[in-house]
Amino acid sequence: MEQVIVNGVYLGSQYAMIALGLTLIFALMNVLNFAHGQMYVIGGFVTYTFYGQFGLPFVLALLMSCVTLAVLGALIEKFLFGPVIRRSAREESTMLLAAGIAFLLDAVILLVFGEKQRGVPKIVDGVFNWDFRIIIPYDRILICFLAILSIVAFISYMQFTRTGRALRAIAQDRVAAELMGVNVNRYSMIGFALGAMLAGLVGGLLVTITGVNLGMGGPTSIKAFMMVMIGGAGVISGAILGGFILGMLEAVGLAVLSQYGDITYLAIFVALMIFLAIRPQGLMGKPWG
Amino acid sequence: MQRRNMLTAVTAALALSVIPGSAALAQNPVLKIGFVGVTSGPAAAWGTSNQRSMETRAAWINETGGYKIGDVTYDIEIVSFDDQKDPKRAIAGMEKMAQEGIHYVVGPNVDDGAAAVRPVAEANGIIYFPYAFPKPLYTAPASNAVLGMVANYQSGPAIYKYLKEDRGVRTVAFIAANESDPLSQRDSGREAAEALGLEVVSANVTYQVDTTDFTPVLTPVIRTNPDLLVLSGVTPASAPQLIRSARELGFQGLISTETAQDAQVLRESAGDLANGFISVGGASTPEIASDMMKEFVARYTDMFGEYNDESNTKVYALEYILATLAANPAAIDDVEAFKQTMDTFEAPNPYMKGDAMMRYVGVSSFGQRRQIAVPLVVNVFQDGEFETLFVAEVD
Repeated sequence: MEQVIVNGVYLGSQYAMIALGLTLIFALMNVLNFAHGQMYVIGGFVTYTFYGQFGLPFVLALLMSCVTLAVLGALIEKFLFGPVIRRSAREESTMLLAAGIAFLLDAVILLVFGEKQRGVPKIVDGVFNWDFRIIIPYDRILICFLAILSIVAFISYMQFTRTGRALRAIAQDRVAAELMGVNVNRYSMIGFALGAMLAGLVGGLLVTITGVNLGMGGPTSIKAFMMVMIGGAGVISGAILGGFILGMLEAVGLAVLSQYGDITYLAIFVALMIFLAIRPQGLMGKPWG
Repeated sequence: MQRRNMLTAVTAALALSVIPGSAALAQNPVLKIGFVGVTSGPAAAWGTSNQRSMETRAAWINETGGYKIGDVTYDIEIVSFDDQKDPKRAIAGMEKMAQEGIHYVVGPNVDDGAAAVRPVAEANGIIYFPYAFPKPLYTAPASNAVLGMVANYQSGPAIYKYLKEDRGVRTVAFIAANESDPLSQRDSGREAAEALGLEVVSANVTYQVDTTDFTPVLTPVIRTNPDLLVLSGVTPASAPQLIRSARELGFQGLISTETAQDAQVLRESAGDLANGFISVGGASTPEIASDMMKEFVARYTDMFGEYNDESNTKVYALEYILATLAANPAAIDDVEAFKQTMDTFEAPNPYMKGDAMMRYVGVSSFGQRRQIAVPLVVNVFQDGEFETLFVAEVD
């Protein structure tokens, strides 16, 4: 049981980080970013290139992932989402654009990084083993700690900085924020860059554990959407809660249901459908949006 | 009016001036060979090694003047289609091959894709070379599919027997992704293990195809403490993660698979934790590789930057197609003639040293010759490289 809880906390911390960027972009721009998983994959490949290939320090490679994705996110917002949102009142326009960007990024990843699974040397060797009741490699403990630290830093940034306040104002009421003098276009771009940067950060962190390959983008996006639905779309604390709930459900399901085959996600999807039928706004979302 | 006529004349002159140039570039008639397989996603390495092997060999043939079939020398063109491991797209790919008048196709790479394209191939007179193991594809009345590698029900018993006799393995656990290929490989592996008298301590645990963190999945399997953990039908992307998680959970036993793997992927993602990992390798080792195989590897590496060990197997399908057509030129657009030739076909194997021959096998597994003969090479991963454990033959 102890092992299941540890697995759940570890999975939850990484899932929460993946969901954070997605929910931030949704909150700010009402955009379902289907390319979030692909951004995560690019983050992994950038860290792989700088840390695994060029031999630079891991922290520097992680920084490169963050910067690359922040720039990419800013460009995507400025030249793609921004103009589309201004010209089209239909929400499906941004959804189609996001899907198109996901396909484009998949093709770019294949061209630039190839089709193979890639991995990097472990950042910490050794395994914590408590009498075979809890077994967890030290690198997972470190990544879990860094993930939680990043979440805390992100919340603090949103809570206590001028940019964070502006982003929260836009998320609450875009028109009111604009009337109060917030440069909505500029902060939307900053917000999108921040969301993409979070995807890059978690991709860079997890490449040390799971490696990275071209096919990871789509499934990552689906899991991120599930977390956001559980927690409530556009609510930061909801995404974190959704991530930890999904991580714990997965860990418990894989331990309890393993002898019945791969039915963990079947059970999770059924539970999610029932849950959304009862509470469509998620745990922390508001019924009015 | 005069101006329009002049424009037309200039356009026609330009067009005519281009035609001789084109004709000069393509001196030989072109023989198109198709490839339908997976070149994206977690299993992309399987199909990419196919496509790149074919492209490398085709470029080599074209560079050296073409391939002589009967009285005609052909340039070889590879027409590729990424089916994304989706049977629906595999059907679309095979239909594309039919529309282009292609009669010989390599792929698909997985069971459901290979089964899905069968009606299209049979209706359009296409012989195809899947890397999929379901026996109904190769047993009568089916006759258009030719297995392009050694099947897991041929390699599995050989590996388990070796491990039982040489390494003292008594108990075995299987883990597989929840999709058709790995599940069928797990079932046939379990059957083979039980037939050898091994005790199967776990075979129900499966994982989602897109799983990236295998620690929670493997925890209950490792608790059964098997001597051997078999990763049934594992993709090159998942294998290092599974190995790494198993070792980090304290598993000390042997780990094996009947699918081909990539040394660089294992080296990068699992490092020394993959030492001792047993897999089916490409059909060549330094001991048996001919000079032609060495040149193929060098050309492949020049073209694509890095080599894939699995291409030692994947290079064979195109060679078999061309050599069989050379043996019976009438088969170039008549697959029935190709099938007749398969029963008696024999040609020197250019990729192996010595007197090795290329021939179609499979009589004992399928009741007819619907498998290409390639050596069964079983590898063990050690310090970043594959080492040959043993080499065998199948029929």
